[in-house]
Amino acid sequence: MKELKLMKGNEAFAEAVIRAGVDGYFGYPITPQSEVLEYLMAQKPYERTGMVVLQAESEVAAINMVYGGAACGKKVVTSSSSPGISLKQEGISYIAGAELPALILNVVRGGPGLGTIQPSQSDYFQSTKGGGHGDYRLIVLAPASVQEMADFAGLGFDLAFKYRTPVLILSDGVIGQMMEKVELNPQVKRRSDEEVAAECPWATTGRPKNGPRRIITSLELDSAKQEIHNMKLQAKYKEMQENEVRFETFDTEDADYLLVAYGSSARICQKAVQIARKKGIKVGLLRPITLFPYPTEAISKLASQVKGILSVEMSAGQMVEDVRLAVNGRVKVEHFGRYGGIVPTPDEVVKALETKIIGG
Amino acid sequence: MTEEIIIAGFGGQGVLSMGKILAYSGIMQDQEVAWMPSYGPEMRGGTANVTVILSDERISSPILNQFDTAIILNQQSMDKFEKAVKPGGILLYDPNGITRHPSRTDISIYRVQAAEAATAMGSAKTFNMIVLGAFLKLKPIVKMENVEKGLTKSLPARHHKSIPMNMEAVAKGLEIVEKV
Repeated sequence: MKELKLMKGNEAFAEAVIRAGVDGYFGYPITPQSEVLEYLMAQKPYERTGMVVLQAESEVAAINMVYGGAACGKKVVTSSSSPGISLKQEGISYIAGAELPALILNVVRGGPGLGTIQPSQSDYFQSTKGGGHGDYRLIVLAPASVQEMADFAGLGFDLAFKYRTPVLILSDGVIGQMMEKVELNPQVKRRSDEEVAAECPWATTGRPKNGPRRIITSLELDSAKQEIHNMKLQAKYKEMQENEVRFETFDTEDADYLLVAYGSSARICQKAVQIARKKGIKVGLLRPITLFPYPTEAISKLASQVKGILSVEMSAGQMVEDVRLAVNGRVKVEHFGRYGGIVPTPDEVVKALETKIIGG
Repeated sequence: MTEEIIIAGFGGQGVLSMGKILAYSGIMQDQEVAWMPSYGPEMRGGTANVTVILSDERISSPILNQFDTAIILNQQSMDKFEKAVKPGGILLYDPNGITRHPSRTDISIYRVQAAEAATAMGSAKTFNMIVLGAFLKLKPIVKMENVEKGLTKSLPARHHKSIPMNMEAVAKGLEIVEKV
């Protein structure tokens, strides 16, 4: 039977990571995600499952420990908040280039710079358009509840290993700090060295007796080979776009207007839909669950039905660019957001819909 | 049923843990719950507030600007949240330390002398449970047996011996809440 608990999003993620049979967590504290490391240290997973929990000397060290662990075929994870995730970008680019599975959690706070410790969604570009250098993509999952903070730990690893790619969970201070009811999966056993060797034939698990040495690297000085490697990566990203798009809709069947929002903004927009419908405005909501691959098709279809779309994000307007690409000029698309750590209220969203889309 | 509550006061008054016990009590009777704290550089003596939502349905926004009930435990919170009560809603407060009392006429206003009662009971720590009791008199949204279960779940085992005292404090709150 599943276990029911009241937990913060950060704690639910940490507990789910232990239960997913993860081998190692490497992190460095930063608000509003410090509960992840705090919870892991308190739980002593090294006693429960043998999982390593390590507070690294910096974010850069932590992501490189993840790189090393992943190269050995281990299930490894790191977490941070916006400024710390910026520090990890070089490592993330290397992990993507070296085609290794890894899980990264970003509990976003307001920026730029050290910014604020309050919730924000201003890291969308960084997450979905390549925060580090080079042509790469991450699978980006956007949880909107504490339950999803737990569920996406398992899903994240499934996808990371399926595609040999780093997966980013893009959360924010609201989802990380909020407590909700969460059902936890039973403990999955950590894989043995033999199982890792069998499941990850690419991993550096020791020099093979037969066959070539395994080398994990993101460096290729022969440009012809590097181009082939890039093509392989692009083919993989295309496959993700074909197979891994996830989203959900609320009240879109008869909608004249559409809100598009992810994460905590999607929760606020659900309430905004209820308020607007009481006022007689037929509005629905589409919530992207994967930000890459983006639900372009679904938004494109709804654009043929509705008169206008409001993209809501706690930023100055980042995701709205992907909404506009999907809509391709067919209907009006506007952005509404608050930033700097201010969370918009449902009433503000309704007002923005009325002024920017319906009356605009 | 959906009940949207803000609990606001000083850090150290037990605002967050009161919300947590209420949320756990909701879980004990199979409700959906959300607990969203203000977080940040606040600490003991600073302001602290938490939004608690209990519902029979999936909860939408944990961020709200209007509440069915506001439980207000200091002056700054009164200044901030009196206006956030929905028309027809409830404002419950402890008058201890309040210099500007609530003045709205479109909501129901109740008082609970919880700080005073906690001192009389000999344990300042029971303050938040007295307030919780007062709230449950006005809005009996969770059963007493579930409050006790919620307490058991949310308190670490080493504090379980204090559960009877906490339940007594809840009963005290039920008794002493008064309409203004």
